[in-house]
Amino acid sequence: MTMAGTRADTAHPGIGQDGAPAPVPIADDVHWIGALDPQLRRFDLILRTANGTTYNAYAVRGRDGVAVVDTVKAEFAEPFFARLEQVARYDEIRVIVLNHLEPDHSGALPELMRRAPQARLIISKRAPAMLKALLKADDEEIRYETVDTGHEIDLGGRRLKFLHTPFLHWPDTQCTYLVEEQVLFSGDVFGCHHCDRRLFNDRVGDFRFAFEYYYAHIMRPFKAHVLDALRLIEPLPLKLIAPTHGPILRERPRRYVARYRELSGGAALEPMPVDSAPLRTLLIFYLSAYGSTARMAEAICAGAETVHSVRVSLYDLDGGESEPFVDLIEAADALALGSPTVNGDAVKPVWDLLSSLAVVNLRGKVGAAFGSYGWSGEAVPMIEDRLRGLKLRVPLPGLRLKLIPTDAELADCRDFGRRLARALVGDAASGSGNGQAARGVIDFAELG
Amino acid sequence: MAKAKLTFEDIGQTVNVPAGIRVIDVSEKVGAGIIYGCREGDCGTCMMHVTDGWNNLTEPSVLEEKVLRENMAGRHDRLACQAQVIGDCSVKPA
Ligand SMILES: Cc1cc2nc3c(=O)[nH]c(=O)nc-3n(C[C@H](O)[C@H](O)[C@H](O)COP(=O)(O)O)c2cc1C
Ligand code: FES
Ligand SMILES: [Fe+2]
Ligand SMILES: [Fe+2]
Repeated sequence: MTMAGTRADTAHPGIGQDGAPAPVPIADDVHWIGALDPQLRRFDLILRTANGTTYNAYAVRGRDGVAVVDTVKAEFAEPFFARLEQVARYDEIRVIVLNHLEPDHSGALPELMRRAPQARLIISKRAPAMLKALLKADDEEIRYETVDTGHEIDLGGRRLKFLHTPFLHWPDTQCTYLVEEQVLFSGDVFGCHHCDRRLFNDRVGDFRFAFEYYYAHIMRPFKAHVLDALRLIEPLPLKLIAPTHGPILRERPRRYVARYRELSGGAALEPMPVDSAPLRTLLIFYLSAYGSTARMAEAICAGAETVHSVRVSLYDLDGGESEPFVDLIEAADALALGSPTVNGDAVKPVWDLLSSLAVVNLRGKVGAAFGSYGWSGEAVPMIEDRLRGLKLRVPLPGLRLKLIPTDAELADCRDFGRRLARALVGDAASGSGNGQAARGVIDFAELG
Repeated sequence: MAKAKLTFEDIGQTVNVPAGIRVIDVSEKVGAGIIYGCREGDCGTCMMHVTDGWNNLTEPSVLEEKVLRENMAGRHDRLACQAQVIGDCSVKPA
């Protein structure tokens, strides 16, 4: 017990408890001035936080003044200012950098700007609209400067360089690099919700789960952007990564960068031998109480299979957990969902699956809906609307059949599968932007 | 009612549409690749590239211009949820 219980006023604080707020040096002239939030059990509604989180903010001192990098959630302004005041006077603050504007890091900004009115506010080039919306202010009321990759601010012997890393996980996200100390202030990137006053990755409890969990829920939808950001981050000499949540990564920081690359890479296994023709993958999921929607699914599958270079898979949603299905969908090119209409709606496992897809990028994938119904048949159009809402392209009007499918209707299902698969292959062919063979002209009134 | 031909280049489909209709209302019906988020000109998700007939869409509003700028739009990019068709034109996802 070297950290806790050494001061009378913090006798036996838990590992997550904030004692008397003191700044913590993390590099020469750099201090952690953040706040601990050990009581938090759910972050942004979507993340469970079994031991709370931290809001990490930092102060960097150069010969000509001080930079504050990120602030804390509004309720935690008090320990933040208490720590800041121990390392700098407000009139020494030359710049305030916000790596993204989410309220858990911008909460104390208005008060900080009041206390340090001379400070220049530095935000990313995509942040101005967000800043105005957040502060509910007009252009004239706030002064700020925007920066892009390559821009630099010299504090006198301490230079801050900026890396534009949009969408990790907000559109306005950037990282800030302290050249002389080789410290990366990475914002939420490489962060996690793990509250531990021992603060450094080589001192805190086991946070591996928290790191992976944070990536899976916050960064995973933006894998392509993660890879873009890694191209900027990987060439940097790195002594330490200072994220806005959880442990400061000073012991082998590159491991965490490498892990991000691993997690953002392609699927775990190549679906096919490398020498086969490029495949587009179509997943068909269905639920069926009496077997009608199941028979539709099988016929759609059979039809789609006849199209060369499309690989079709068929799954009963009732036979699996959502999570592995989400992994499959992330790697697939198209998704067809079948549900009967029950009480005027699609059935719950379909919505559960669809609402689990928020963690993957679905843009541009092809979607389709089908199902058997009794009299009103709401399920199919509702699923289609949801697919479009999730940014899938829905090339065919959904297929609905009344009760038990006839042979003729099953032939329609096979045709539906075939057309869906063709739309998918057509996509691949038109990838160059030249468009497919013209399909002629239709009238808007003919569209369902 | 005045009619116009709106072509979606990514799927090779031309639609005869009533003048004044928003591109997004047609694109989602034919299943073209233009996606959307807010549908009210705020998020920039529905950005499309106008390959032909640039002048046959209603003029962008000040607000649309701003969203286009913020989303690093290129020349002849528009928001599909804002642009209304007033004559023949061709579009594809940006
Ligand atoms: C409890 C229950 C509620 C239903 N509610 C509706 C409904 O609101 N609207 C409708 O069109 N069909 C409704 N149906 C009819 C089913 O959609 C129809 O029987 C369908 O063919 C079932 O397909 P499946 O056997 O493939 O699951 C309902 C059926 C059940 C058992
Ligand atoms: S859908 Fe958001 S701007 Fe058009
Ligand atoms: Fe965030
Ligand atoms: Fe955060």
